[in-house]
Amino acid sequence: MIPELGQFVLILALGAALLQAVLPMAGAARGDKVLIASARSTAIAQFILVALAFAALTWAHANSDFSVRNVVENSHTAKPFAYKLSGVWGNHEGSILLWALILAGYGGVLATAAARNETLQARALAIQGAVAAAFLAFIIFTSNPFARVFPAPPDGLDLNPLLQDPGLVIHPPFLYLGYVGFSITFAYAIAGLMAGKIDRDWAAAVRPWALAAWVFLTIGIALGSWWAYYELGWGGFWAWDPVENASFMPWLAGTAFIHSVRVLEKRDALKVWTVLLAISAFSLSLIGTFLVRSGLITSVHSFAVDPTRGVFILVILAAVIGGSLLLFALRAPLLTSNARFSPVSREGSIIANNILLSVACVTVFVGTFYPLFIDVISGNRLSVGAPYFNATFMPLMALLLLVMAPAAMLSWKRGDIGQAMRRLWPVGVVALLMIGLSLFLTWPKHVAAGLGVGLAVWAGAGAVLDLARHARVRADGPLGALKNIAALPRAYVGMSVAHFGLAIVAIGVLGAGVWRSETVVFMNPEDAINVGGYEVTLKAVNQAQGPNYVFERADFDVHRNGKFLRVLAAERRFYPVRGMQTTEAGIWASLKGDLYLVIGEHNEEFGAVVRAWYNPFAVWLWIGSGIMALGGFIAALPRPAARRQAVTAPLVPEAAE
Amino acid sequence: MIMRRLIFIAPFAAFTALVIYFGLGLQRDPSLIPTVLIDQPAPVFDLPAIEGYTEGFSSDDLKGEITLVNIFGSWCVGCRVEHPVLMEIAERGDIPIMGIDWKDPPGAGAAWLQRFGDPYTRIGDDFAGRVAIDFGITGAPETFVVDAKGRIRYKQVGPITPQIWREDIAPVIQELRNESAENDLAGSDGAGDDVGPGAGG
Repeated sequence: MIPELGQFVLILALGAALLQAVLPMAGAARGDKVLIASARSTAIAQFILVALAFAALTWAHANSDFSVRNVVENSHTAKPFAYKLSGVWGNHEGSILLWALILAGYGGVLATAAARNETLQARALAIQGAVAAAFLAFIIFTSNPFARVFPAPPDGLDLNPLLQDPGLVIHPPFLYLGYVGFSITFAYAIAGLMAGKIDRDWAAAVRPWALAAWVFLTIGIALGSWWAYYELGWGGFWAWDPVENASFMPWLAGTAFIHSVRVLEKRDALKVWTVLLAISAFSLSLIGTFLVRSGLITSVHSFAVDPTRGVFILVILAAVIGGSLLLFALRAPLLTSNARFSPVSREGSIIANNILLSVACVTVFVGTFYPLFIDVISGNRLSVGAPYFNATFMPLMALLLLVMAPAAMLSWKRGDIGQAMRRLWPVGVVALLMIGLSLFLTWPKHVAAGLGVGLAVWAGAGAVLDLARHARVRADGPLGALKNIAALPRAYVGMSVAHFGLAIVAIGVLGAGVWRSETVVFMNPEDAINVGGYEVTLKAVNQAQGPNYVFERADFDVHRNGKFLRVLAAERRFYPVRGMQTTEAGIWASLKGDLYLVIGEHNEEFGAVVRAWYNPFAVWLWIGSGIMALGGFIAALPRPAARRQAVTAPLVPEAAE
Repeated sequence: MIMRRLIFIAPFAAFTALVIYFGLGLQRDPSLIPTVLIDQPAPVFDLPAIEGYTEGFSSDDLKGEITLVNIFGSWCVGCRVEHPVLMEIAERGDIPIMGIDWKDPPGAGAAWLQRFGDPYTRIGDDFAGRVAIDFGITGAPETFVVDAKGRIRYKQVGPITPQIWREDIAPVIQELRNESAENDLAGSDGAGDDVGPGAGG
């Protein structure tokens, strides 16, 4: 009964979304206040209905209702309860419903927010409603999560064991909060183009939404990478897999957007470009979401392929993205700006940032789709791997790190690059010393990585120095420094924090990506190997029974210089229902680096296969991502009410309060 | 002015091209993969034996009878899923299965086979992954049906399930056997045993 109710409210939600798409547009065109106001009520109604449908599916999963196909295919009575809940979005139908729920949720929040411009907001909600209608139709017509099976089987097929993991419980919701958050900036871009009004107010209304989406997406990508790192047992954190790229492209476009929208907000410039970025970020989110479900590209973590979905998806993509780009082609030429600025200025440096990020995004796009492109043209199959991305993407990131610190110090309209460099010279010296140290430690290998560390230090320390300069610790003391920072524009503090976080991530990438060491050996109990300066001894291999799996567990003793440090265990699990095996790597994480042990097959003759990695600075990846997200969060906070003047004259001492 | 217009239309034009290309992409089934290799001779290679085995596997072993070439690795979860199906095929003696142990550390493939059983007639050690590239594989497991003349006739991406075996691969093999039987009747130089079960491992 409850699944049927879920199905029913889902159809009602589609109706509400259609009303939400049509009525406010008509109202905006005719200036009808009642119809404009209907945007809010329909958006809230749509949200409630989708939430009810989602609750119904969650109910079916929580109660293991095996008369529902989705539950049969993704659940099992023995599955732990938390994974019964996360199993709701661990499959195609449920995850697309979660997407629709988040989309409706953003709409609901926007519908309850105060508006600077009622018509603009109503139009934005209408666009949101149109996107939601497309999604809901997609669910109802091709991916019904409430389909029944008759007769109901006694038990389910269990959830893919790789997905039975805490990281995967929270990764998709964060990722979707990021992806879908860009629907608001997209909707505003379309609404702004329709009204022919993209201005500073528009930017101020959109910027917090873009930052929220960016923060969620940053966390979502980091969680996904973290999950892949500890669960897949291959010692790496990023594989340039199409699905990873699919989440990374909107992030790159979104990053460019949150920079350029700042120029629009402060200086009323870069209108056309900012609108194009808003459309691109969400379009890439859509392409990314659908890519893994259409069967266009096969990947380790794509969903089951269904050709009828592919066509539906393509029609939605063509309508949403094609329609918005057509509108852009017609209306964007009307946008004008009178702002003038010198190439050496904050505006100029943000344009440079945008060029680098856009080129990086195109690079990833080409790397992701080139194999498909070649296949369509010539029938040849090939795969584009890490070498391509290392050769194209990494130099762009190096350039970004190089210009980031001085660029952030330039003032609006006309900057003084000489002054920025004079302030940064101590950071430059430190960076050179770090290059020397890295090269000394790793010589003659990894010269590029050594230079990369220098760039990361330059960018990271530059961001700290810039913030410290404004904090004036020496003049005002630690407490005064905090007050000074609190008085700075939030966007500026957030930027410095996020730039610092990026530098930390860069060091993690170099450490875990380039400097890592790997050993694969057969081991018997009491055998020892040396990894990254640690002596690892296999003590025992035991087998035991988990809730819905059997596992084999290897215990290792870790020594350094003959001194016992700790016990580390690596597991291999076998899930009988799915006949699948997973690895639970034994990871000892520290700031210096991760010791990472994976156990494979074993036999009497040779012993057990043990793969051991030492991944220097791997933890910095997640810490740095967290700092970046924090930076985005700070930047999204409303500006401090009082002392806005502190920005323009930061070095003039203020009277103590 | 026209230039300016064109710049604004460029994103739409680029996207239109993208949709066309996606549309063409949808026409093909990614799991079927009609590669250029289909109906082409299998790549020429000579792989050493994996640790603990004496016989390696070379492209010459593919001549003379219809064979399956299966790319596997002890690290590969899909191979573990597929393995019981291969064991059944080998036990029934339907067709000789040749294995390419892809990117496995020394001894890992042998240990894996010892644990779960060895369905292979011959196994080659492709530690560097070079031969796998020549076969144009996108991941493990992948399986090729190679005819008696050493030409690739079919490619299966992903694990062979009992259903895939029944509905897709076994019919292809049957067709190839009929084909070579006809050739034999026509008096061509169709070498090798055709309809009978191949030499099991």
